[in-house]
Amino acid sequence: MKERFDAIVVGAGPAGSAAALTLARGGRKVLQIERGEYPGSKNVQGAILYADSLQKLIPNFRDEAPLERHLIEQRLWILDDRSYLGSTFRSPAASEAEPDRYTILRAQFDKWFAKKAEEAGVLLICETTVLDLLREGKRVVGVRTDREDGEVYADVVILADGVNSVLARKAGIRPELGAGEVALAVKEVLFYPQETLEDRFGIQGEEGVAIEMVGKITRGMVGTAFLYTNKESLAVGIGCLLSDFRREKIPPYVLLERLKEHPALRPLLRDGEMKEYTAHLIPEGGYRSIPKLSGDGWLIVGDAGMFVNSVHREGSNLAMETGRIAAETVLELKEAGAPLTESNLRLYRRRLESSFVMKDLRKYRHVHEVLENNRHFLTTYPELVNRAAETLLRVDGVDKRAKEREIARSFRKRRSYRGLLSDAVKLWRAFR
Amino acid sequence: MNEVEEKLYQNRYRLDAGRPHIRIRNPEVCRSRCGEKSCAACCPAGCYTLGSEGEVTLLTDGCLECGTCRIICSEFRNVDWEYPRGGFGVLFKFG
Repeated sequence: MKERFDAIVVGAGPAGSAAALTLARGGRKVLQIERGEYPGSKNVQGAILYADSLQKLIPNFRDEAPLERHLIEQRLWILDDRSYLGSTFRSPAASEAEPDRYTILRAQFDKWFAKKAEEAGVLLICETTVLDLLREGKRVVGVRTDREDGEVYADVVILADGVNSVLARKAGIRPELGAGEVALAVKEVLFYPQETLEDRFGIQGEEGVAIEMVGKITRGMVGTAFLYTNKESLAVGIGCLLSDFRREKIPPYVLLERLKEHPALRPLLRDGEMKEYTAHLIPEGGYRSIPKLSGDGWLIVGDAGMFVNSVHREGSNLAMETGRIAAETVLELKEAGAPLTESNLRLYRRRLESSFVMKDLRKYRHVHEVLENNRHFLTTYPELVNRAAETLLRVDGVDKRAKEREIARSFRKRRSYRGLLSDAVKLWRAFR
Repeated sequence: MNEVEEKLYQNRYRLDAGRPHIRIRNPEVCRSRCGEKSCAACCPAGCYTLGSEGEVTLLTDGCLECGTCRIICSEFRNVDWEYPRGGFGVLFKFG
């Protein structure tokens, strides 16, 4: 492997393949290295795919990508121990136009996406782990892999090696992650006959449902749970800040089992055949966790760069967006004959700042600290709203005004006037 | 089989026999200095088990390669964590 490339992309997830595809289309000689048996075999997500960032790269992806279902219904549930209060948005119109969000299975989707990059001319090597960046002075000039004679050289290395980014840590590009900067999520995939799923969720054909859950299921830990419909399976999972798991000392699989036993979920999950159990870290640190994004001969994209919008659970789209923008930056500099130096590659960050990627991450930069410092949002309020619903809906001879007073009293008792007011202000500040 | 073993049993792995990709640097630190032993509670694959003398045993066969153990061992940095060699480790069918 003594060959030289214009670019080496480490990793074949959405960020890496978006970058590799873009560079190859720009006529560049690209090597993409993946440690799994095939692209996707190491990758885990819920998973919901947003069309927009993929569509910019592959406009006709709907004709060929392995998609599970497009979402016509999204539910948000606030759970206490036995009940939930929820909202549902259902729009069958999503079936008519070009749908914009789909459930996918990442092991299959990533394989397809990497294939598209290969078809554009990328040389993909699997079953190869990159061990280190090669440097000449400050400048990154290639990578060292675990293959024999495994040193490869390129003008630029794009790090798309995921949330753990061994490379970025070893190279001192990014410090070790803090337990408060990542969520640990665990998930199971449960299989059913297709008709069972369609009956259970009131869907047909390619339609799908996503349910997001917050409340007492995370036992005061900052986190959420989800249930997504695939073609013949359900993905059910739960994730919380790793710092919270450490404090509470609850094994993640115990939390997942409790979720599955919740009265709200049990009937939906009944009789499934569990075929895979996965765990993954999600970068949750947001805007302030984003490391230095480029330097002499390197750029960082996707989860490795901590690009996740946890409020809107967007990640793979940000991965594709950052991968594409990084590659476009390289193409543009190369065409202008400009060297890929630290100062020239700063263009990448400037591009991101003017895109939705950084704008969204900046918008929500306070959300986590607000939730972490105000855990009653995740425990007390779910209980209060569920009890309020129960009180209002029960017909028991108590007049409605008295019921309203009882509900107001229950809120005041648990949070006080000042507490309620300050909670409202905090939430507004976090999400504004 | 316990709760987590039953789950892991459904997964596909290619084991790199005799070459664990994660190691405890100094087992004595776990046994006598670490009071938290968060790894035993937080590892989603239950790879870390506690012994009766406070010792921690690591068996990486069921590892899901998430990185949790490395990050939570922040006090002693006693976990030596690498990815498995190319092609080895867990192989997700669905992801």
